[in-house]
Amino acid sequence: MSSKLKILVPLKRVIDFATKPRINKAGTGVETTGVKFSMNPFCDIALEESLRIREANKDIVEKIHAVSIGPTKAQDILRTALAKGADTSTLVDVGNEEVEPLIVAKLLQKVVEKEQSNLIILGKQAIDDDANQTGQILAGLLNWPQATNASKVEIDGTKVTVTREVDGGSDTLSAELPMIITADLRLNEPRYATLPNVMKAKKKPLEKLKSSDLGVELVSRLETLKVEEPPARAAGVKVGSVDELVSKLKEVKAI
Amino acid sequence: MFKKQILLSARLGSCQALNPFRANAVSRFYASGKAVALTADTYSDKVQRDSKYKKLDEKDLLFFRDILKDGNYMISNEQDLEFYNEDWMRKYKGQSQLVLKPKTTEQVSEIMKYCNAQKLAVVPQGGNTGLVGGSIPVFDEIILSLSNMNKIRSFDSVSGILKCDAGVILENADNFLAENGYIFPLDLGAKGSCHVGGVCATNAGGLRLLRYGSLHGTVLGLEAVLPDGTIYSSIDALRKDNTGYDFKQLLIGSEGTLGVITGVSILCPSRPTSTNVAFLAVSSYETVQKVFVGARKELSEILSAFEFMDGKSQLLTGRYLKADHPIESGDYPFYVLIETSGSNRDHDMEKLETFLANAMEEGLVDDGIIAQDEAQSQSLWSWRESIPEASAHDGGVYKYDVSIPLKDLYGLVEAAETKLNEANLVDIDSNDKPVVGAIGYGHLGDGNLHLNVCVREYNKNIEKTLEPFVYEWIQEKQGSISAEHGLGFQKKNYIGYSKSDVEIKLIKDIKNHYDPNGILNPYKYV
Ligand SMILES: Cc1cc2nc3c(=O)[nH]c(=O)nc-3n(C[C@H](O)[C@H](O)[C@H](O)COP(=O)(O)OP(=O)(O)OC[C@H]3O[C@@H](n4cnc5c(N)ncnc54)[C@H](O)[C@@H]3O)c2cc1C
Repeated sequence: MSSKLKILVPLKRVIDFATKPRINKAGTGVETTGVKFSMNPFCDIALEESLRIREANKDIVEKIHAVSIGPTKAQDILRTALAKGADTSTLVDVGNEEVEPLIVAKLLQKVVEKEQSNLIILGKQAIDDDANQTGQILAGLLNWPQATNASKVEIDGTKVTVTREVDGGSDTLSAELPMIITADLRLNEPRYATLPNVMKAKKKPLEKLKSSDLGVELVSRLETLKVEEPPARAAGVKVGSVDELVSKLKEVKAI
Repeated sequence: MFKKQILLSARLGSCQALNPFRANAVSRFYASGKAVALTADTYSDKVQRDSKYKKLDEKDLLFFRDILKDGNYMISNEQDLEFYNEDWMRKYKGQSQLVLKPKTTEQVSEIMKYCNAQKLAVVPQGGNTGLVGGSIPVFDEIILSLSNMNKIRSFDSVSGILKCDAGVILENADNFLAENGYIFPLDLGAKGSCHVGGVCATNAGGLRLLRYGSLHGTVLGLEAVLPDGTIYSSIDALRKDNTGYDFKQLLIGSEGTLGVITGVSILCPSRPTSTNVAFLAVSSYETVQKVFVGARKELSEILSAFEFMDGKSQLLTGRYLKADHPIESGDYPFYVLIETSGSNRDHDMEKLETFLANAMEEGLVDDGIIAQDEAQSQSLWSWRESIPEASAHDGGVYKYDVSIPLKDLYGLVEAAETKLNEANLVDIDSNDKPVVGAIGYGHLGDGNLHLNVCVREYNKNIEKTLEPFVYEWIQEKQGSISAEHGLGFQKKNYIGYSKSDVEIKLIKDIKNHYDPNGILNPYKYV
């Protein structure tokens, strides 16, 4: 395998993390009409890392390819990725279908083959379903080494070293390419897309595919039965004295 | 628009730290640890306590206690009083011995009736974020805080009319409206602290005026207690009502000198579902104006904010936020924040991008960024909204909030800087000089400039260098010496620079008519 990096960055379009999701009337999911969508923050971090790898290691990156599996509108986040510095992109248009991590991984596997990628950097999870599975399943399908929840990535030739924050310290892994990395929150702080680059991005390639073009069938194994709001917090009570506080705490068996 | 929201906890869990600036709402911020000098001392050449006002005694305390029913609604211990006696800039400090925090309009009425009869002077106080020293006593005036009157009274989701107590915090009102798909037609950097009643009392302008107009248009009715205790109410007024003098207009912008506002009815627009924010770097003030003309023309109905900032304001904000400027390609003389609000993201984005592409092509904009998501929007807004805090961060700030015809607007900052340099008072880095620098920013869309002279300490020499120089400069350009912050204590003696003798006489007549004893917010306004 050539030592040049061909990085693949999968990106998911999700409800903007700063908007409060509302449950739809049917109680089957989250209301999506009139709601702002943006790039999943962890995907943004993954993209940022790929850009930083290119900036920090001259001539080592051949190409950064962004891919999104989602509705036609997911083009918007691909344009953002192109504006930030991805070279090319692919949209796998699956309409408004919710696609489970296994299928996402299967589609990504096909894109990896097509693009001949040798380094895949993904967000550790998407903030809508919080599944935290895609990177791992993809590693299984490809039979590649994986380093999840990366907080630091270093490249030395074909060797990749990843630091992960774990309970009580850090864990350092290294492997030879090809490899899969999933990005944790503290890996980096994503940049802004600058105006000149937003304009240039309009001319960068955005390939559009259907899942059938990749020979993957969209099947769901899971059925969502119900989506509920977390229970509202009960109002607090005011106590007049320490004694009263103690007796109230005892009442609710807190002490 | 910059907003704080409560997220579903599950969603927040993993990405809480994604936006370092989200807690930007101004709570109580302190410019420096130094003690604030008493206004009575600093300005002893300007004001003396008027002996016609009675000094508070035990009997009064008993009376108030009786009205308020509960000692918790009165504050009279030294330490707790400090918070109410000092202003946001830590420039002024009063010596009130008593804060009253009524819960009902009737209580306010009884308090005023009593104070009027006893000739006890009173300062109405909202969130105490006012910037002209109006919200705190000069001497020993009683502070009447509206903070316990904090209930939403009603909301009509068809007409968009919100009725609430005066003490509701602006951000809480806006969050409540957001839940209902509406927006408060006014927004400003102090939203986390200032009151709905307070913004009416000061006729605050803020960040959305360009889009939604002034409170003189959006406030439909007020409930207020007049100095003699009379309860005035037009809170049930409808949008169209041409019967008689529109008295509430006098209360809007009266800065606590005419009545205590206790309730507000305001017409709220529906909340835009699509907002975009762009931050641009521009090479000269002339070009800033060109970008503005272009923005108005090409973005037209979706343009909701056009804020400009000079390079130095961004430098100081960067120091204060301890962050790199979002525009990384260099330091520029001017920056512009443009916000669009609409109902169709694709349409709005296309308009914005076309406008920006043209502006880049014509060489009006040197560099720029467009926020890709809400977190970036908020973070870009923080570079505008943190300027007031940043400007006071080194010790203090002399604030001049002025309207000047657009072409001359920025000239004031240059003139002030020159004047301070001539007096040898300025150094941006060295602590040897008392002035850090003069910065300019503001709501360009409304012809409104904030000239902030950032200082390491308040001192008479700086003040004498700036005043009346700044006011004379503005008068010469036919501007207003107070575009939105009001007169308060700071500008009391300078109203003549912006208003004619006839206008001033009419204002005084009205004041004397409704407050013949002069008990409401004395030593201020006119
Ligand atoms: C960070 C920051 C940003 C700001 N940005 C803007 C801006 O963009 N535009 C702008 O116009 N202003 C701005 N301001 C100043 C603005 O005047 C105040 O923030 C706000 O309008 C005051 O509300 P408040 O409740 O804090 O009133 P206070 O500061 O408590 O009082 C202000 C005046 O109103 C009177 N008052 C208050 N409540 C009542 C009441 N219920 N009845 C009668 N009188 C009352 C007081 O006596 C006083 O004279 C800013 C201030 C800060 C600190």
